[in-house]
Amino acid sequence: MSSQSVRRIFLLACALAAAAACGAAQALEWNLQPAASAMAAEIHDLHEYVMILVVVIFVGVFGFMFYACYAHRKSKGHVAAQFHENTTVEIIWTVIPAIILVAFAWPVTKVVIAQKDASAADITIKATGIQWKWDYEYIKGEGEGIHFVSTLGTPRDQIEDRAPKGEHYLLEVEPGTEVWVPIGKKVRILTTAADVVHAWWVPALGLKQDAIPGFIRDTWFRADKVGTYRGQCAELCGKEHGFMPIVVKVVSQEDYSKWVGDRKKAMLAAADDPSKTWTLPDLVARGEKVYAANCVACHQANGKGTPPAFPPLDGSKIATGAKAGHIDMVLNGKPNTAMQSFKQLNDTEIAAVITYERNSWSNKAGEVQPAEVKARRK
Amino acid sequence: MSSVPHAHDHDHAHGHDHGHDHDHGHGHGGGYGGIMRWITTTNHKDIGTLYLWFSFTMFMVGGVMAMAIRLELFSPGLQFFNPDLFNQFTTMHGLIMVFGAIMPAFVGFANWQIPMMIGAPDMAFARLNNWSFWLLPFAASLLVLSFFTPGGAPGVGWTMYAPLTVQMGMGMDLTIFAVHILGMSSILGSINIITTILNMRAPGMTLMRMPLFVWTWLITAYLLVAAMPVLAGAVTMTLTDRHFGTTFFNAAGGGDPVLYQHIFWFFGHPEVYIIALPAFGVISQVIPAFSRKPLFGYASMVYATSAIAIISFIVWAHHMYTVGMPVTGQLFFMYATMIIAVPTGVKVFNWVATMWKGSLTFETPMLFALGFLFLFTLGGFTGLVLSIVPVDIQLQDTYYVVAHFHYVMVAGALFSAFAGIYFWLPKWTGKMYDETLGKWHFWLTLIFFNMIFFVQHFLGLAGMPRRIPDYPLMFETWNKISSIGAFGFGLSQLLLLYVVLKCIRSGEPAPQKPWEGADSLEWTHLPTPVPYHTFETQPVLK
Repeated sequence: MSSQSVRRIFLLACALAAAAACGAAQALEWNLQPAASAMAAEIHDLHEYVMILVVVIFVGVFGFMFYACYAHRKSKGHVAAQFHENTTVEIIWTVIPAIILVAFAWPVTKVVIAQKDASAADITIKATGIQWKWDYEYIKGEGEGIHFVSTLGTPRDQIEDRAPKGEHYLLEVEPGTEVWVPIGKKVRILTTAADVVHAWWVPALGLKQDAIPGFIRDTWFRADKVGTYRGQCAELCGKEHGFMPIVVKVVSQEDYSKWVGDRKKAMLAAADDPSKTWTLPDLVARGEKVYAANCVACHQANGKGTPPAFPPLDGSKIATGAKAGHIDMVLNGKPNTAMQSFKQLNDTEIAAVITYERNSWSNKAGEVQPAEVKARRK
Repeated sequence: MSSVPHAHDHDHAHGHDHGHDHDHGHGHGGGYGGIMRWITTTNHKDIGTLYLWFSFTMFMVGGVMAMAIRLELFSPGLQFFNPDLFNQFTTMHGLIMVFGAIMPAFVGFANWQIPMMIGAPDMAFARLNNWSFWLLPFAASLLVLSFFTPGGAPGVGWTMYAPLTVQMGMGMDLTIFAVHILGMSSILGSINIITTILNMRAPGMTLMRMPLFVWTWLITAYLLVAAMPVLAGAVTMTLTDRHFGTTFFNAAGGGDPVLYQHIFWFFGHPEVYIIALPAFGVISQVIPAFSRKPLFGYASMVYATSAIAIISFIVWAHHMYTVGMPVTGQLFFMYATMIIAVPTGVKVFNWVATMWKGSLTFETPMLFALGFLFLFTLGGFTGLVLSIVPVDIQLQDTYYVVAHFHYVMVAGALFSAFAGIYFWLPKWTGKMYDETLGKWHFWLTLIFFNMIFFVQHFLGLAGMPRRIPDYPLMFETWNKISSIGAFGFGLSQLLLLYVVLKCIRSGEPAPQKPWEGADSLEWTHLPTPVPYHTFETQPVLK
């Protein structure tokens, strides 16, 4: 191929790349996110050391290759030598890389050991991965007892291109469901899952831990910068895998204590009285919100679902049949399907969402009161 | 189906294109013509051709899925496919490319080349060879058909992690069955290759005189025999967990989801070398030929290949640093993984030393071999980066990993397969391909490949998880570049098809040894094109 045509291809590729770059307004991100913990900083350093090592060797080895391509060409009249072994050289290039690797393994080992040491934590938080949200429980230390479920905060309209995308598109959770932690405290994260394997990951804090159903694993961090740090589930967990973000707010000790106080008060106030009797419109209104937060991804806003994995509710036997069957389905889920148990919702929420489902689209099947849900809990 | 043994009654002298779909009325294919020739054939060259065309077809099918993935990822938001279908595409793209495109391509090379390179008349088990191939279209059909079952193809990733697999529809069962069939085909093919190499070498072709391509396949075949049954076990356990009430991977019944990952990667890591070693073999034929100089360090290449194969069985859990294994486990797998860089480095040094002080020319096979050497090494180095546990904890399940293994699988294995195609096409068809178009194919492939995958390193570092159909806005630019590269890459591969067809139909006649520096038996002892039957009397090598 002539050098001109090579140049033409290259220019074409550059033009395409430039066009693509103009199409996107965001700044180019091309390295690890700025570290917000000592561990993340250690990881940055290790990555930089290994990159320097790799680039030096790469340039060295391919320096030889490109020099040979230039100088030892037949077209320049170079005649091939016929050597084909040299024991000394072969031993040298086996032993030297081995020594380099051993030397490099030493500092890495120290970081690995430190990274695994989750002992003596100030605060312990359990993160349970559920298709497709995170359930957080502060189980030890200041804030013990706080419990909430964190779902995606980005509206469906933005995802389906019906509304302009916000700054933290897909990296925002429902307001009030961020994980607050105080700066400088050792926070131990226990991970587990209710259904399939998920992974809890916040890049700026330098940790990622798989959440395995039926087992508890742990990891830890000690944040050293106040700020909001965002991550996503990192292990393929089904349809909405790309839509279960993790947001950690690192705040000062005073702000944290205030948050814990507010949170506890709000929990007392928000507790629904399961013996209250609701009117149908009130239940439907409340249920619409519960539906939007928990059900809409699979069963869709129009109740048509995405069959066959996610069946329709509009006109379904369960959503128009006996109340007990509907309550059981929501409370217990259906084994070996994506329909999981929603028993973490309270009786009022479940009654509301069931009533909403039984009185939306073409369904007209009457109301379900919180007391009826309570009666069917096992 | 009855297979008619070959009567040796045909004419060896006629110059005829035996490789492809022309009519063969010369007693080939056991006397059958047309389609029946291909269905009943026991000839290693026919079967090699079938493997290669099958592989190219699956490469196109898997490629279309890759285009679909990159189309959805061109912009943030969901535009073309729902997340469910997106997951199905990523799953099937992986399975089809690994088991349908790359592995059969190298088995195709093995069929064509191993008998000719060791001076054998055919493969040891000729009818078994036929069956090994004809299992593949059925397995591939099951994979493609799974899209049309209720619930569609499984959306679990090619790694098929439990317990997500339990939630899938019957597409999952078709996939499991397909994996069983693919594994059976691989194991039978491997037994055939091992037997052929160990028993059918020409007098004087000692093990340490075999071309390196034959050596790498001998070692690969052992890896296949050892690794494929492990995969079959993993998917069978998935099947019984799905339907028969077992709880291998369900903690509620005393099982463990992580057990699946251990079993899968015990297969999965050797699988990487099952794909890479034959690629190394092709490169080890091509580089000396175009350097006009013998391969440097032949013996150390054999030892390095064996070392890689053995170590590949003790590094599997480096795919699982984030599952929460004990610190001793992390350290063991990290050290073992770092060690594998040593024999791999030896191979790269040997290839460069082969070129050193050679007399180099840069025809298309050599260009692809150099592209391989440069980019595969880059993929090897990102592998070293990923072996470092703390760094991997940031990069696990991100686009950095996607970039890394595509440098190994595409720039490594696929570039090597392209090098092999251009290298042996004249020998197989008796005609030369169009050198200018071949070089175009190389440069377009090289540029677009890097456009797709180099930028994915940045995406991974910046924190983009893999297998997501939609992404935060900060990742948009690199994704756009990557998608444009993917469309260019896909279209460029149609050029390969054109070059091969043009070569078969109207290429210039090729000499017996079109490559000055080539020295294995198919070049030195056989005419071009190679007759339908070769080495019926074994050559004696001094």
